[in-house]
Amino acid sequence: MSNTMEIRRDPVDCAGHDRALLLRMFRKMLEAREFEEQLYYLFLTTAMPGTMHQAVGQEAVAVGVVSALNPDDTITSTHRGHAHCVAKDVPLKDMMAEMFAKQEGSCRGMGGSMHLTDFNKGMLGAFAIVGSGIPIATGAALSARVRGSGQVAVSFFGDGAVNEGIFHEALNMAALWNLPAIYIIENNQYALSMTVAESSAVPDLASRACAYGMPSLRVDGNDVLAVHEATREAAKRARAGEGPTLIEALTYRIRGHARFEAAGYRPSEEVEAWKKADPIERLAAGLLARGIAGEDELNAIRAEAEAAIEDAIEYAQSCTDVQAEDYLSYITAEN
Amino acid sequence: MRQLSQAAAIREGIVQEMRQDPSVILLGEDVGKFGGAFHITHDMLDEFGAERVWDTPISEAGFTGLGIGAALTGLRPIVEYQYLDFIFCAMDQVVNQAAKIRLMSGGRAKAPLVLRGPQGATGRGAQHSQSVEAWFMHTPGMKVVLPSTPYDAKGLIISAIRDDNPVLFVEHKLLYGAASPGGGKALSDTAIQAIGTDVPEESYAIPLGTADIKRQGSDVTIIATLLMLHRALSVAEELAAEGISAEVIDPRSLAPLDVATIAASIAKTNHVVVVSEDVSRAGVSAELVATINDHCFYDLEAPVQRVAAANTPIPFAPASERHVIPQVDDIRAAVRRVLSI
Repeated sequence: MSNTMEIRRDPVDCAGHDRALLLRMFRKMLEAREFEEQLYYLFLTTAMPGTMHQAVGQEAVAVGVVSALNPDDTITSTHRGHAHCVAKDVPLKDMMAEMFAKQEGSCRGMGGSMHLTDFNKGMLGAFAIVGSGIPIATGAALSARVRGSGQVAVSFFGDGAVNEGIFHEALNMAALWNLPAIYIIENNQYALSMTVAESSAVPDLASRACAYGMPSLRVDGNDVLAVHEATREAAKRARAGEGPTLIEALTYRIRGHARFEAAGYRPSEEVEAWKKADPIERLAAGLLARGIAGEDELNAIRAEAEAAIEDAIEYAQSCTDVQAEDYLSYITAEN
Repeated sequence: MRQLSQAAAIREGIVQEMRQDPSVILLGEDVGKFGGAFHITHDMLDEFGAERVWDTPISEAGFTGLGIGAALTGLRPIVEYQYLDFIFCAMDQVVNQAAKIRLMSGGRAKAPLVLRGPQGATGRGAQHSQSVEAWFMHTPGMKVVLPSTPYDAKGLIISAIRDDNPVLFVEHKLLYGAASPGGGKALSDTAIQAIGTDVPEESYAIPLGTADIKRQGSDVTIIATLLMLHRALSVAEELAAEGISAEVIDPRSLAPLDVATIAASIAKTNHVVVVSEDVSRAGVSAELVATINDHCFYDLEAPVQRVAAANTPIPFAPASERHVIPQVDDIRAAVRRVLSI
C-alpha cells in the first residue's frame, strides 16, 4: 500500500452506530482539541511552564481506539499524549493542574505534559522516549494473561517509533505468546521533520506485522469510526486469546512537532489539504448527514467542551503550587 | 546448620517467594527448560509452569520492558540477564522507564521489579566480565544490592523481590560456588572465605540498605563488596598475624547505602580503604570516597585509599585480567599505605 492514501474529506458514515457513543466521541474529540488549543494560548502568554506536543488533527485515533476498549483496559502513551488521556477519561482538571505544575495534578506536578499517568483509568503512563512504551504495554498484556484478568493492553506510538529496535522485540514476543495487546501506529506522517518515506525502507508500516505473523491493517485515522471498528475487532481477538493486532492509523499532525515549532519543512498545500480533512468536522458532517444530531445540538456540545476546559483551567490556576522539596517523596517507594 | 552455595541460596530465596506469592514471575533467556545459564532457575519451570517462568527470545530491552509493564499492573517480575553486561541493551528501559516512573507519576506508579544476573571478571573477555553496579548506583529510583555470602544472598533476594522499587541484584560468578551447566567445572577463587554458608531453610529477609561488619577490627576499615569482600577478608587475616586489626564492612547495598555503619567504623579506626571490582573512574570506589569525605572527614587520619579496576575494558589474557582487577596484593598494599607502614 502506498503511503499517500487519498486524503478523505467525506462525512464519517455513522449508519448503524449507537447515538450516545457517537455523541460521546464527538465530545471527547472536542475536549482533546480544546485542551490543546488552550494550552497553546497559555504557553504563548507564558502562563504555563515547560513544553508540550500537540496532537491537533489526530484526535480521531485516540478517541476511536479508546472508545472500543473497556474502562479497565490499559494503555501506554507518548510525548504527544493529551488526547489519549482525554479519551481514557483522565479527569481534565487533573490533567490541567499537572500542566500548571500543581500538587493536585495527575502526577502531583512531577510528570508534566509528557508523562501524564492515571492508574485509576488504566493510563499506565506516557513514555516520552520514542518507542519505549511498546514493551511496557506488552508487559501489561502479559500480566493480564498471567492474572487472568481479561484485560487488553494498547500501545500508542508514532510512525517514527517503528524504526526503534524495541518495536521489533516487543511485537515478536506479543505474537509469539499470543498476548492480548493492540499496537496503534499513529502515522501522522512526520517524525519531527522526517517523512515516513525518508525514514522507512518500506513505508507501508502496517505490513511490518507480517514478520511476526500478526494481523494488521491500515485505517483512515481521521475517521473515528473506522478506527473504532478496527480496534473493536482487535480487542475481540485479543480477549479470545487469538493474540495481538497492529493497526496503522493514517492521520496528520496539523501543528509543528512541539510547542512553537513552525514545521516549515512541509508544503503549505499539504497542510491546508489536511486541515480540510479535520476528523472532528468529518464526524460532525456525518452526524448531520444522518440526522443523528442537529446543528444546535452539536453547537451545544461544542460549548460544553469549551466550558469543561475553561473550568479545568480555572480549577488548575486555583490549585496549590508544587513546593520545591515535594519531589523527595516520590523518588523511591518505601515499603 | 545446613550449608548452601550462593547459587543454591539465591535459588531457594526465589522459589520460596514464588511459592508464597503468585504474583512473582520470571523472565529471561534460557531461564525455563535450560534452568538458567548459571543454573539459578533450574526446575522452576517444572514447579511453576510456563505462565510464571517465561523463556524469552534474546531481546533484553524488550523483556525488560515487559517486566516493567507487568510490574505496573500487579506482578512482581524477576528479570534475569544471562550476564549483567547484557543489561546495557536495556538501558533505556531500566534507566529512563523503570527508575523514573514512580517520580514521573507523582508516586502513583510503582515498579516492583528485580533485575538480576552475574558479573565479574572470569577470563571471558571484555563483554562478559565487567562490573555494572556504578551505572545503576548513579540512577536515582533504583536500589542496588550485592551479596557476598550465601546467607546474605538468600535474605537479600527475598527483600529485593518484596521491594516496591526496581532493584538491581548483582551476583558474582566466582561466588556462585556451583558449576554452570555449560561450563563444566565450578568457578572458584582461592580468596573465597567459607563465611555465611550456613543458610536457614526457612524464609528470612535482610533489609536493603543495611551493611554488615564481616570482621571486627580497630586499626583500619576496609569496605568491599562481592568477591572483593573475600579478598579483603583474606588480607585482614594476614595482617592480624602482624598485629594489625582490620575491620571489614560489606555494604551489601550501594543504594541505599548504610552510611551510619560505615561512619561508626571510621570513627573508631580513623583509616579507610575502599575496594571495588568496577573501574575506578566515576566508579563505586569514587562515590564511597566522596561519601566518606562528606560524613567522616574529621575522623580521618590519612587520605582514603581506594582499590578498583584499572580504567580499561577487561582484556582476555589472564595475566592482563589479573593486572586490571584488584588482587589481594593491591588491597594489602593499600592498607599499608593508609597506615603508613
